Amino acid sequence: MAKTNKTRSKSFHNKVSNTITYIVLILMSIIWLFPFVGLVFQSFRSYATEYGGMVSYIIPKAFSWDNYAYLFSEECSFVRWYLNTLIIAFSVAVLNTIMILCVAYALSRSRFKGRNFMMQLWLILGMFPGFLTMICLYFLLKQIGLTQAGAIPGLILVTVASAGMKYYVSKGYLDTVPKALDESARIDGASNARIALTIILPLAKPIIIYTALEAFMAPWCDYVFASYVAFGYSDSYNVAVALQRWVWTNDYQGFFTRFCAGGVLVAIPVTILFMCLQKYYVEGVTGGAVKG
Amino acid sequence: MGKESKLSANIQNMFSNIGKNVKEIGVTFTEGDWKTKVSFLIMGFGQLMHKQFLRGIVFLAVEILFLYYMISFGAKYLAGIPTLGTTATYVDKSGVVPVTVYGDNSFLILLYGILTIFVIIAFVYLWRVNVRQNRQIQTYLAQGRKLPTSKEDLYSLINENFDKTLLALPNLGVFVFIILPIIFMICVAFTNFDADHQPPAALFSWTGFANFKNLFSIGSAGFGSTFFTVLGWTLVWAFFATFLNYFLGMGVAIMINKKGIKFKKLWRTILVMTIAIPQFVSLLYVYKMFANDGLVNGYLLKWGLIDNFIPFWSNATYARILIIIINVWIGIPYMMLMATGILMNIPEDLYESARIDGANGFQMFMKITLPYMLFITGPYLLTSFTGNLNNFNVIFLLTQGNPKSMDLVGGAGYTDLLITWLYKLTINDTNYRMAAVIGIMVFVVTAVISLVVYRILPSVKDEEGFQ
Repeated sequence: MAKTNKTRSKSFHNKVSNTITYIVLILMSIIWLFPFVGLVFQSFRSYATEYGGMVSYIIPKAFSWDNYAYLFSEECSFVRWYLNTLIIAFSVAVLNTIMILCVAYALSRSRFKGRNFMMQLWLILGMFPGFLTMICLYFLLKQIGLTQAGAIPGLILVTVASAGMKYYVSKGYLDTVPKALDESARIDGASNARIALTIILPLAKPIIIYTALEAFMAPWCDYVFASYVAFGYSDSYNVAVALQRWVWTNDYQGFFTRFCAGGVLVAIPVTILFMCLQKYYVEGVTGGAVKG
Repeated sequence: MGKESKLSANIQNMFSNIGKNVKEIGVTFTEGDWKTKVSFLIMGFGQLMHKQFLRGIVFLAVEILFLYYMISFGAKYLAGIPTLGTTATYVDKSGVVPVTVYGDNSFLILLYGILTIFVIIAFVYLWRVNVRQNRQIQTYLAQGRKLPTSKEDLYSLINENFDKTLLALPNLGVFVFIILPIIFMICVAFTNFDADHQPPAALFSWTGFANFKNLFSIGSAGFGSTFFTVLGWTLVWAFFATFLNYFLGMGVAIMINKKGIKFKKLWRTILVMTIAIPQFVSLLYVYKMFANDGLVNGYLLKWGLIDNFIPFWSNATYARILIIIINVWIGIPYMMLMATGILMNIPEDLYESARIDGANGFQMFMKITLPYMLFITGPYLLTSFTGNLNNFNVIFLLTQGNPKSMDLVGGAGYTDLLITWLYKLTINDTNYRMAAVIGIMVFVVTAVISLVVYRILPSVKDEEGFQ
């Protein structure tokens, strides 16, 4: 009798704690989703019939495609900015991944002279804030004509050139691929390059996808250096540089709903891609945390 | 084993290494045949004479390129380094037609001067390799062994030396776009390169430690009080941004993982969506939500909860608190993802035996979950902390460092981190010298924290793993 009482009170206790958990989770979901719901709603507010700036309600009085129409109209280079960002994102995703894999593979598989020195030096270099060198990088790019009109290749170059420094997660992953695989292939007479390409590379697929995904997503947020390199040349802007002006600059009063529309268009493809490859991302994040 | 003894051992090592090298070079010369001796002057000569054409041509080309570089370009910039230029570019108006007279450019002198120093170091290294190869040729021949042919050299690039092939491009990139600019900026910290000294019209020059003195001088003109205000907030921010996210994220992960909670995947997906959406979209939207005429104030006014709008962004304290809260909104999903993966690895029997001993949920968290998490994620906490010290995006997209104040110099605001202040000094004030000094300070803070924390991390001290 006493025992059943105890189990009953325990299951009651469980129910209460589960209910509380559900309430917290639902509240959290609302808070986390609210800005995005708001973003979508406001992007449908009409500039012509209502107002494009700040209002104190979420659901527009009438739905309209005004803001989207503006983005694709002649007077706005949104398509250009979008293409710029896509070009950067794709190139960086491919090239960064190659650079990172090169470094990760070399550091994981061979013990050459100066290996520790290189790793320590890179670790120390990573402690300097990135924006410190902005003017110097700008000058270097300017020397080879990759600013303003050439800002897109310039940005890609700067990003890719230093990409090797982000090898940690990939190296951690490659370290877990058994070295016995290399050894047996070497006995069969395969060169190191062949081993890397035909044996290790296929096994590294999850980390390749993770690296590429990370690299692909970063340029969509790159505002600082992108605006500096493209300074005053709006054809070279990426979406982040172009759209943030509509929020910050006073000249663009009433552009808020247009910003929302642009934001929605940026967020949709990136989110879909991310959601599809989520599995790999989680693996990378967890692996990176464990290996440090 | 003291750190000093390690250091002095290192230095001793270095000197004995240099000594060994010099001795070997001498021996190579005295014992060398005439081909080797000529190679000391004409790099690659010995290799060419022994039909190692690839090596020979590469070394010869290196020497020719180096000489050409030094004569046509490097030497004059190297010579300018002590002064950073003496004559500025100016417009001569004495004649009928004003003529621009081109002078020196401190910026170019400093940048190319540093580059030239590196080129010289690289050349000396290659010269040493050249000498060593000649010695190798002689010993090989003396032993009657075959010298590697050009074809074998090429093949080694994809076999024994494959790592060097892979690392060549990344290292070149890091040198040109990271090392060179960082050394340049460190040098700038010791000059007066600012808005009043913009070459080529006005040259800048070395000023020793003047900028560092300025950074620590507490006075009306000095940067001291602003620097410590910004540094203080940077540390406070990094502390909250790291640990608040860490524990709340872990809490959320535990809640979702709890037995009996359904739709686990749904909850996770909702949170993870915030990672996917580019920050400049979500953060700028949230910034507008809390603006004076934004949604939050709008609804609060409408519901009659307040009479006047709350100045979320123009009041320093409100802005600081709000930034930390919004950062929780951004940070929880990351931490949740990570914690979920790690929590699943905790052996279930640990909990089982604790439950038998009569431990409640809180006790189990304190005795099992938390120690395990801290052990595994120690390095992550460190990188996350240093990352937050430099978390430009969150601060800049939300407040741009505002609200500003007359009490702060250099255009700093009350929510500025060192990194955003550095950015403002560079972009708005073109005060490169102080920006460089602050960049160095960021490095010092990051390095000190990393070193100290790294030494006390349990997972570093005890590699045996979690017991």
